[in-house]
Amino acid sequence: MNPPDLKYSKEHEWVRSESDSVVVMGITEFAQDSLGDVVFVEIPDEDAELTQGEKMGEIESVKAVSDLYSPVSGKVIKRNESLIDNPELVNEGPFEQGWMLKVEIKDASELDNLLSADDYNSFLKSGA
Amino acid sequence: MSTSDNFDRTSLFETHQRLNARIVEFAGWEMPIQYGGILEEVNQVRSNAGLFDVSHMGRLEIEGPYAAMMLDRVLSVNVPKLRQGRARYNVICDENGGIIDDCIIYRRGAEKFLLIPNASNTPPVVKWLERWTPDDAQLTITNVTTQTAMIACQGPNSVEYLQKLTETDLSAVRPFRAIDAQVLGHDSFLARTGYTGEDGFEIILPAEAASDIWGGLMDLGAAACGLGARDVLRLEAGLLLHGNDMDTSINPYEAALDKFVDPDRDGYVAGQILRNIRDEGPSRKLAAFSMIGRGIPRHGYAISDGQNAIGEVSSGGPSPTLDMNIGMGYVPIEYSTLGSTIFIEIRGRPVEAKVTTLPFYTRRRNA
Repeated sequence: MNPPDLKYSKEHEWVRSESDSVVVMGITEFAQDSLGDVVFVEIPDEDAELTQGEKMGEIESVKAVSDLYSPVSGKVIKRNESLIDNPELVNEGPFEQGWMLKVEIKDASELDNLLSADDYNSFLKSGA
Repeated sequence: MSTSDNFDRTSLFETHQRLNARIVEFAGWEMPIQYGGILEEVNQVRSNAGLFDVSHMGRLEIEGPYAAMMLDRVLSVNVPKLRQGRARYNVICDENGGIIDDCIIYRRGAEKFLLIPNASNTPPVVKWLERWTPDDAQLTITNVTTQTAMIACQGPNSVEYLQKLTETDLSAVRPFRAIDAQVLGHDSFLARTGYTGEDGFEIILPAEAASDIWGGLMDLGAAACGLGARDVLRLEAGLLLHGNDMDTSINPYEAALDKFVDPDRDGYVAGQILRNIRDEGPSRKLAAFSMIGRGIPRHGYAISDGQNAIGEVSSGGPSPTLDMNIGMGYVPIEYSTLGSTIFIEIRGRPVEAKVTTLPFYTRRRNA
């Protein structure tokens, strides 16, 4: 269920490399399922600077508010505007139409701090 | 009922597990918060019928020649005037006029009543009732919470479904009335009350019969719904939640519950203090609001005039039925009037909201 070609954070975000310096990110299937119906997404604007592991926004389900953490450092070059009016896209396709940000990364070596799909699966099994 | 790790379980616990419910601890009970998704459960109740296990709520049988008089001393409504087979919403106030709990009282006979307090408030309510019962009073208070179950069946199709399981004519049971009936052969108490803003019944029945009737109603098309949907539905319907929207620091005039309070009765223990509060008028009041700016109000968020804090959100969240974000909270009386502009402090930013009237949602009624 977690695509093998992605990298994962322990905060349940995923990162897909589009080129050496550009990645797309979102939250995982596990995260959307734990949250339940997503009704509100607040993500940074274009040109915002992100730092790996730091808070970058919020996601709200019917009953709960959760923080979003950036899995990489870099500059936002595009955000998924559809999520503003249709936050349920995160539930419907967390790895596809529910993507959140496209980011120009600062330091590709940061990706080594993230988990492979296998390691993320083990992390989930260990009771994340 | 059974117990695990200090949490109580209702007689429907295994049914919830079979339905893959997500279970949470609530008021000392392990309860289902959702089965599928909260939004779909809300939609089922508004358009079809939903089933809620509300067995965690208290069920107190109060019986004896002194029952009506004792309850009249303690409840905010006139109990001797309540006719057999009828129900009334009321609050129980302490000596300062603070709200110990809100309850429904049912009159089941000349000397027999049923009181439904909230789950976690059942012990303090019992204590308060006992305090106002003289030692020699001919009166018994029996807590039947664990030997019975309580299921709420709510929504436009709910009465039709329940009717298929009983020979008693449910059309004769008007809102806020109740009747004893056989449901699938089980002795049941059927009350046309609820906490969702929809038509429907609350069914009290022997604990061992609960899964039978729950299953029967699901087979007819009712959807299992959890506490998550219940909270959304009650907020949309403008119904208060004790512990969020009121507690012993709030009096019923602040909570805009005036029409459920009759303080002018002889012997009513909170009469004098509530008459004083009524005559002076409260300085703060519960205000309902809908968001103008983008953001979801939540319990505990500050309410401001744009600069200074003036209150706090007591309940808030998304309203899927109305497709907007709604809430309520206590503000100085001058901000509580219809159309006032207030601001909800969401993550350090004031977001505009407009004061409106309760309920947010009213169901369409058949004439």
